[in-house]
Amino acid sequence: MMTNHGNRLTQGQFSFLPDLTDAQITAQIKFALANGWAVNVEYTDDPHPRNTYWEMFGMPLFDLKDPAGILTEINACRKTFPNHYIRVTAFDSARGWETPRMSYLVNRPKVEPGFRLVRQEVDGRAVRYTIESYAAQAPEGMRYT
Amino acid sequence: MTIETTTPAIAATDSVDLASVFAHSQVSEVLEKLDRELVGLAPVKARIGDIAALLLVDRARTSLGLSTGSPSLHMSFTGNPGTGKTTVALRMAEILHRLGYVRKGHLVAVTRDDLVGQYIGHTAPKTKEVLKKAMGGVLFIDEAYYLYRPENERDYGQEAIEILLQVMENQRDDLVVILAGYKDRMETFFRSNPGLSSRIAHHIEFPDYAEDELLAIAERMLDGMQYRLSAGARSALAEYIGLRRAQPHFANARSIRNALDRARLRQATRLFAERGRQLDRGALMTIEAVDIRQSRVFAPANPQA
Repeated sequence: MMTNHGNRLTQGQFSFLPDLTDAQITAQIKFALANGWAVNVEYTDDPHPRNTYWEMFGMPLFDLKDPAGILTEINACRKTFPNHYIRVTAFDSARGWETPRMSYLVNRPKVEPGFRLVRQEVDGRAVRYTIESYAAQAPEGMRYT
Repeated sequence: MTIETTTPAIAATDSVDLASVFAHSQVSEVLEKLDRELVGLAPVKARIGDIAALLLVDRARTSLGLSTGSPSLHMSFTGNPGTGKTTVALRMAEILHRLGYVRKGHLVAVTRDDLVGQYIGHTAPKTKEVLKKAMGGVLFIDEAYYLYRPENERDYGQEAIEILLQVMENQRDDLVVILAGYKDRMETFFRSNPGLSSRIAHHIEFPDYAEDELLAIAERMLDGMQYRLSAGARSALAEYIGLRRAQPHFANARSIRNALDRARLRQATRLFAERGRQLDRGALMTIEAVDIRQSRVFAPANPQA
């Protein structure tokens, strides 16, 4: 299930929980930094689960010791994109992993219209199913206003 | 009515033992270490003691539920070359960490190059990145006066200063900024940036070292390098310090370090010249008077003698 009752987007960690508070986000970032992962702030207005390419906000945040710097960046991103999805990822560069180890939403649009189930008839009566975000039908940048 | 009911309640129910707070914080250990390892610098140590006391009292106040405005701990260190500004800044990070004022206690040392960009729009991200790295610790800006170049009105240093000011004011809990530099130039710098000066609560001045302090520093340095002075070398070094102080470009402890490095070179040459001899541990460790007396500093005095 991509959506739950409130049409809230559920991607990444903690997404079935109430939105994280700043203190909780700080604690999660602290965990990522303690493991030596590089933390990034990313945003998008296309909530489709197959949209893996989110825009990075600012520079990648390498070499930070303390979560305060990242929280500043998150808040700057929230200010710039108050109605976008914003997520924080923690990338593990260790050999064998080389992948994001954490990813969670820290901001979501005020209204999330959710997803539409699209049915396509192919090869006679066979039906293919897919989902489509209602929001993504508007052009980029005009989706959540 | 309300006053009568609330005030005695605070006074009667709670009390705090400062001594136990002090013992618990391990601050005394850090302060003692500072006192032991750094020679002289009495005003600096006194000020650091004051700051430690304030932070402890604040902690005690918090435990009783009294309000504490988070103190501004930005500092400026001014003093002549070689008076220990950088050394103390390194310690400061550790002290503030022990006091629980900064969360991580790392020190990020930067100069103008790390803050100011090359072209329009380059400075702000650069400065912000440095500030982010320093969060949770101490940002040490060495020779801070280079940030401001009054002769070039399009210099990007001003932009860096503005960003710095904003963070110093708004994120006092997240980082402590220490500016350091030579006294006269720092004064000019602060005069042309009054906003910066007023946001720095602690202007600490580093005094020059006295001759006996310099000698103590020299012995401590040699101790660290596992060398020692012979009795003759000790008096020669005392004499050397007296002469060297009178000469131009005297840089306190840094000059002493250089003099000792040259003395080690001469000791090595001397030992190498008599290489037929078996050398024991003592010979390899001892710096003799002749190693010091060969210095250029003694040269002008010698022909007259």
